[in-house]
Amino acid sequence: MTNLAPPRAGRDPVKVAARSAHARGRFRSRDYVGLLYAAPTAVIVGVLFIAPLALIGWMSLNKWPLLGPAHLNAPDNYVKIADDPLFVDSVLFTLKYTVIITVLLSAVALGLALLVQNRRPGIAFFRTAFFLPGAVGFAAAALLFYGMLNPEFGPLGFMDVKWIGTPNMALFSTIALVLWRFAGFNMLILLTGLQAIPVEVYEAARSDGANRWQIFTRITLPLLRPTIALMLILSVTGSLLAFDQFFIFTNGGPDNSTVSMVMVIYRNAFFRFDLGGAAALSVVLLVALVALNALQLRVLRGGNK
Amino acid sequence: MRRTASYSGMSALAVLFLFPLVWSGWSSLKGQAGSGQATGFGFGNYTRMAGFGEGLATYLTNSLLVSVMTVTGTLVVSALGGYAFARFSFPGKNLLFLATLAILMVPYATILIPLYVLLAQIGLQNSLVGLSLVFIMFQLPFALYMMRNSFEAVPRELDESAMVDGCNTFRAFISILLPAVRPGLVTVGLFAFLASWNDFLAPLILLNDGASFPLPVAVWSMTQRTFGAIDYGMLEAGVMVMAIPCLLLFTVLQRYYVRGFMSGALRG
Repeated sequence: MTNLAPPRAGRDPVKVAARSAHARGRFRSRDYVGLLYAAPTAVIVGVLFIAPLALIGWMSLNKWPLLGPAHLNAPDNYVKIADDPLFVDSVLFTLKYTVIITVLLSAVALGLALLVQNRRPGIAFFRTAFFLPGAVGFAAAALLFYGMLNPEFGPLGFMDVKWIGTPNMALFSTIALVLWRFAGFNMLILLTGLQAIPVEVYEAARSDGANRWQIFTRITLPLLRPTIALMLILSVTGSLLAFDQFFIFTNGGPDNSTVSMVMVIYRNAFFRFDLGGAAALSVVLLVALVALNALQLRVLRGGNK
Repeated sequence: MRRTASYSGMSALAVLFLFPLVWSGWSSLKGQAGSGQATGFGFGNYTRMAGFGEGLATYLTNSLLVSVMTVTGTLVVSALGGYAFARFSFPGKNLLFLATLAILMVPYATILIPLYVLLAQIGLQNSLVGLSLVFIMFQLPFALYMMRNSFEAVPRELDESAMVDGCNTFRAFISILLPAVRPGLVTVGLFAFLASWNDFLAPLILLNDGASFPLPVAVWSMTQRTFGAIDYGMLEAGVMVMAIPCLLLFTVLQRYYVRGFMSGALRG
């Protein structure tokens, strides 16, 4: 398959470059042509992904101020993580937020998906309506809610509620914001799974006399398992990395009650000018999330078979 | 009966989901004492926003520049890379593919700190080019995967017969293959645009000068006034300027969006 094109000397710089390498290796010239096409990818991945990944490990072992020279101080950055009460609190808060959001978001998304799964007149409008908030950027959505839930400016002023004034209300309002922004997105994920279930399966169940509830619990849910698992992975990782909603919408308040883990990383780096400390926190978060991702992927793959 | 119930349920939900968008648009135009639009309805908030901070024109230009560079860069890199992965074998092929997909495994927020240091070292501190390069990197797993699959779906006979006719691999790529994978390119471009236009954390960390802020950070800074009241009318006008291009693009290109969804665009 690879020997169809007779190289024309001087016409293809790619091939000319490759030919000099030809004599050396076990790869033929065409293989080096492939390498040239893949080179931009390799450069981007190498410089902007692999290098920072190595750098973050190195930074976490150094006292690394925002300005000025760095010097080795391992393992101080890791040791002091446990002494940072704001970080410890942020871990607990982020975990709590993740559990609440994942449960609510899944339930709402599943409800919406079941509501719009069948083709019928006007259904495209409803699907689009539920998804449309997902087309708006998350930062824009957070700013929208910031204005909308302002007691003086927003339309809910008559309710006399301080939407972000107390820790519980701030969390509640953030959950409303995230549900609004992401329910349709998750609905779309579930819809792709629902539509992959063959109609024959439903027909067979119905002819066997199964009622709606039995069809839902015995057929829809089990067959939807891989899709639900994917949705859960996205929701859990997304929530553990929460930043915009708390930084923009509640600004961590009131009284630091809504400070997420990524916000602490940001604060250490750019308010305390301690990049080394921020890097150590990042490494901890990174290792935890990669482990969690690997675990969830295994579960997901198990569900596929 | 059941049908009526479900339609009224869906309509109520649709109102709930659309209300904030409609309210935001309405309140950006509505008059409010002390805002750019004192009474009645009009574009007063928008004209006032034009003079906010470094000026709307600056922020809009920054956002457009970043989006254009990100979309172009992502398309070029992922099209070339997708071609390489679909049609060639080369040393390190599997390793590079795995390394690219590994970007999905690593939480985005955690590598922005080293990227901040690294970009400064290569002279791209506070640079829109640097920011765009970072966005391209974050888009690459999805984009490369999408483009590889798109190229693989094109029958090999098509480009091979062109090469028999004397085209080199690059000519075959440009004139035969690229037109064949256009839907894939549109999907990749759409996701790259939405990500780069809307992202908040990366510009917040990587840019440190108000004159280089894109819209999300600039509009956020309206809420960060140390004295004086926040101008909420102008804030919602800012939200609209950010949201409207996305809503329009999404409505027009919905098909491509859903297509990206089906093929694993899920990690944005």
